[in-house]
Amino acid sequence: MNAFTVRAVNMTVRGRVMLLYMIHTHVSLRVQCVIHVPSAFGCTVQLFNKLTHVFFSLQDCTFFTRKEILRLHGRYHELAPHLVPMDYTKEPDCNVPLALIVNMPELKENPFRNRIVESFSEDGMGNLSFNEFVDMFSVLSEMAPRELKAIYAFKIYDFNVDNYLCKEDLEKTLNRLTKEELTPEEVELVCEKAIEEADLDGDSKLSFADFENMISRAPDFLSTFHIRI
Amino acid sequence: MPRKSEVLQMDDVGIEVDEDLSDSDDGAPQRRGNRRPAAGRGGAKGRGRGKKPASEDEEDEEEDEAPRGRRGANRKKPAKKRGGKDDDDEDESEDEAPKRKRGGAANKRRGGKAQDSDEEDSDDGKGKKGKKGGGKKGGKEEESKGKKGDAKGKDKGKDKGKDKEDDKDKKKKKKKKDDSSSSSNSDSDEEEESMSEGEMGRLMEEVEEKKKLITTIRNKPWRMKRRLTHLREAQQFVDKFEGALGKGKGRKWYAYKVMMTKKWIKFQRDFENFRTACIPWERKIKDVESHFGSSVASYFIFLRWMYGMNLVLFGFTFGLVVIPEVLMGLPYGSIPRKTVPKADQPTAQDYSVLMDFNGYCKYSVLFYGFYNDQRTIGLLKFRLPLSYLMVGIGSFGYSLMVVIRTMAKNADVGGGDGEEGEFTFAWKMFTSWDYLIGNSETADNKYASITTSFKESIVDEQENQKDENIHLRRFLRVMANFMILCSLGGSGYLIYFVVKRSQEFANRTDLSWYEKNELELIMSLLGLVCPPLFETIAELEDYHPRIALKWQLGRIFALFLGNLYTFLFALFDEVNNKLAQEDSIRNASLWALKEYHANMTRLINDSSITPPPMDPGDVIRGPCWETAVGIEFVKLTVSDIQVTYLTILIGDFARAVIVRFLNYCWCWDLEAGFPSYGEFDISGNVLGLVFNQGMIWMGAFYAPGLVGINVLRLLSSMYYQCWAVMATNVPHERVFKASKSNNFYMGLLLLILFLSLLPVVYTIMTLPPSFDCGPFSGKPKMFDVIMETIDLDLPAFLGTLFSYAANPGLIIPAVLLMVLAIYYLNSVSEAYMNSNMELKKKMQMARDEEKNRRNNTDSTNQVMKDLEDLLPSGSPAALVPPPQPENPPELEARPTRTKPGRGVNLQKDVTLASPNPNAQRPVSRPPGPRGAGPGPGPGPGPGRGRGQRGPPEITTWGNPRPRQDVFTPKTVSVSSFQENVFEDDAPSGLY
Repeated sequence: MNAFTVRAVNMTVRGRVMLLYMIHTHVSLRVQCVIHVPSAFGCTVQLFNKLTHVFFSLQDCTFFTRKEILRLHGRYHELAPHLVPMDYTKEPDCNVPLALIVNMPELKENPFRNRIVESFSEDGMGNLSFNEFVDMFSVLSEMAPRELKAIYAFKIYDFNVDNYLCKEDLEKTLNRLTKEELTPEEVELVCEKAIEEADLDGDSKLSFADFENMISRAPDFLSTFHIRI
Repeated sequence: MPRKSEVLQMDDVGIEVDEDLSDSDDGAPQRRGNRRPAAGRGGAKGRGRGKKPASEDEEDEEEDEAPRGRRGANRKKPAKKRGGKDDDDEDESEDEAPKRKRGGAANKRRGGKAQDSDEEDSDDGKGKKGKKGGGKKGGKEEESKGKKGDAKGKDKGKDKGKDKEDDKDKKKKKKKKDDSSSSSNSDSDEEEESMSEGEMGRLMEEVEEKKKLITTIRNKPWRMKRRLTHLREAQQFVDKFEGALGKGKGRKWYAYKVMMTKKWIKFQRDFENFRTACIPWERKIKDVESHFGSSVASYFIFLRWMYGMNLVLFGFTFGLVVIPEVLMGLPYGSIPRKTVPKADQPTAQDYSVLMDFNGYCKYSVLFYGFYNDQRTIGLLKFRLPLSYLMVGIGSFGYSLMVVIRTMAKNADVGGGDGEEGEFTFAWKMFTSWDYLIGNSETADNKYASITTSFKESIVDEQENQKDENIHLRRFLRVMANFMILCSLGGSGYLIYFVVKRSQEFANRTDLSWYEKNELELIMSLLGLVCPPLFETIAELEDYHPRIALKWQLGRIFALFLGNLYTFLFALFDEVNNKLAQEDSIRNASLWALKEYHANMTRLINDSSITPPPMDPGDVIRGPCWETAVGIEFVKLTVSDIQVTYLTILIGDFARAVIVRFLNYCWCWDLEAGFPSYGEFDISGNVLGLVFNQGMIWMGAFYAPGLVGINVLRLLSSMYYQCWAVMATNVPHERVFKASKSNNFYMGLLLLILFLSLLPVVYTIMTLPPSFDCGPFSGKPKMFDVIMETIDLDLPAFLGTLFSYAANPGLIIPAVLLMVLAIYYLNSVSEAYMNSNMELKKKMQMARDEEKNRRNNTDSTNQVMKDLEDLLPSGSPAALVPPPQPENPPELEARPTRTKPGRGVNLQKDVTLASPNPNAQRPVSRPPGPRGAGPGPGPGPGPGRGRGQRGPPEITTWGNPRPRQDVFTPKTVSVSSFQENVFEDDAPSGLY
């Protein structure tokens, strides 16, 4: 990719404009470009190959097509151009911190944005590698099955990461949902009712089994737990 | 082992490349797609990568060990199994080798040229497309195969967790890799025949398992890294051994089908999106809903629905009646009915006259009288009178159909999610946020609407919990109803009185403004005063707001109904007067005509009849009662619009302005105190809308323009009221949820529709139309136009057919049949309802049972383990890297136990669990029986899991209850637990 970039910059003004546009929009577009001018850039073909090869396994591991993964990579790169190299062939070990990710327009308004990112990061602090980044949007994509979504939803709502949704978690959830506009008594009542409804084993907190049982019957869980990217 | 075989693996990769090419030749592009890069790079690159899988394997192993020790123990077993089942494995390796050979040989044959071509077409778009389609198809196929393989696996007794299977596969595969690569170097072609069916089958099964893993890997809640390594391994395995297995035919067709299905689904989704995008005012209503709750929004949804229906009515009326008349009918001033009479002409353009819909308005397409009775008009021979009647009846038919259909649909929706009460709060909490929201304004609205919906649910909940003095409540309710009945009776009498008086006034001419408009004034006043009065009285009843709204609606409906029928009776009196008047005029004009003809024949001696040479404005004409009725309805509608809009402007807007700005200089707090801001009056607005619609239905036949006026009204009131409610009103004190279906509104509408149908049909069927105006003039009855059409335009046999169909002998049986059908359907629906109840009961029972079962077993173990695996590695649980696989996991898992938010129950568990680390050690690595174990024996899944994970798992994941049930006495618990674990492991040891 880098080789291509350099050459393109040296080429023409139009090429430069094009390149800028491409950088700011989609990686996939650039790849298309490479395909159309194979003779001029012999090496780029191979780079393209390598790049896509890396993404092929991602394609099998996620619900995205190659094109979407390339676009995601563009988005990922956009988040932190100084941290993330454009060239993904070597699978560089880079992490984008939470603060940058939650500013994505897709997540910016979400009251659970920090939790979402934290749930998908391996270190639990919200630093996402590209793989995890793709994983996040894969789970939140339209294609992901209900069971998978349920697992991650559980993790997202589990604020204190103890694998139970206890009252404290529910209170936090509720306060984020309502911007703390309910009175404490109302919050109390709602949390109690929610636990009472979904708790099957009577331990006054929701285990994953309880949660899954509840969420699997929810009519609009699939349609709401879903981010289009 | 993998480390040892690095060199061999390099060879492997080389072969892999060849095989890959053969695949591509076979027309299985998806596999090529997966491996293409490797192939493209050729052997040299492959060598470079050859090392990688090995190291990755290692990495993977470590990672697997990290989360749980169980896996570590697991891993031992396959190894041992391998040792134990040496001969078996050898067989396997032997039969794998030939296959590889075969594939390799085949590849070599085509190898050379394929390599080049592959490199080339890897870049062009066509190749990519093929790969894409192929990939999808392959996925499906693999899935189905995978299922098969799964079934087989179960037959063989491999009913362990899926993870274990994967692990085992991995081991086997690795070993095979080694074996096969070595043997492929040494073995010769003759072994090709030695492969037996069973071995082939086994291999196939394994490949299918791998394929299944590849297709389902994206569904696994694993960390990406783990997923990737698993995938890579599985792919390598499949690549290697798949060549030996046959490939299906007809893939292209299948791929095409899959592709088309996907496209079709996408199209459907897009279409659905488009359709929802076409629904107007969605955002406006969402806006209102988010601030005022679903009950207020339900009014606006109802309004929108009405608008849609009226738009269709408008389309019919204007498209089939008004526009043809304008375009093709005679122009204004050509005949008497289309001309303002001479006497009225000086004032016909005055504003006050026009506002009363007299003058030019009266003689326009807006009203019935303007239409001519020509049988056909224009070049197209459009049968206007017939079309007029059909549209009149058709609008009723359409409205009835739409209302009833909507009601049925609503009822269906209401019945669909009858279980809603079960998880109200939990669902609200976990599914109400729409993750798609990316706009801050929308997000704010969503916050507001979620808050409102929680408040609604809280109101409902509190209502359920209310403890009440039932006797007092009953007394109050009876009293309230009594008072309301009294006021209803009073208002009824008042209307009756006023109507009597107005009939007296009708004969007088010296009337003041008040006396002229007394009836309308009284009715408007009643409409203004009574609803708040009812609302005040309803406070006594203390119903839930939703139910109170229904009562309120019913009561005001009764009041309005009285008004409506009073109005109708007054109108009928007028019509009868006009009819009598018309009779005399007709006789007079007929007589004048006869005289004129007599004179003409006498003077000119010409028998040809020519119309009298008169200006159309001079002709004597009847009162045309239809137009009079139409004017009444239009006037009523317009005044209703004015009153409604003024009420909003004064009652809400002016009040809000005063409260808002006078509050700075007032003695008390206006906002919190007496006048305050207005609440949105749902019942009044809904009923206003319903009655307005009733007016439209009744009047549309006599004033086709009324539908157009109504459409304008609904359109403007949508914007006006949306603005008013957002700008001037405050949410209800107790925001309540609208009932699930709008069927109450619809029911009111249906009732009104029926009530307005009656007078119109009555007039059409019984009253004679005016002799000199309207499309039916000159006919004894309006519906004669149909008879005429049947006689003149349709073939004769159809006429006889109709006459038979109209025979009472046929109609009575038909009615009987319908009654019987209704009876039958009714009983069937009752039966369904009963069975529905029964099923609900059963479901409840099943749920209870499930609850019990959950308490006693640990069936959800697997998922939970995966979930636990997802805990961030930064958390204490994962920070401790397990140095050795046999290290019991309690060290890692324990910190999670100390998290806050534990119940008392758990404390018990901890005490139960704490002795167990000591107890577990011997169990987790049993020296004797375990060592002999050939592999992860088919022990009962949950039991095994429990045994190996040890107590920390219990505290973290298991349900405390069951454990308590099993080991109630604390002192015995340790030993019993140990025993339990041992028993669970025993089968595997005995293997």
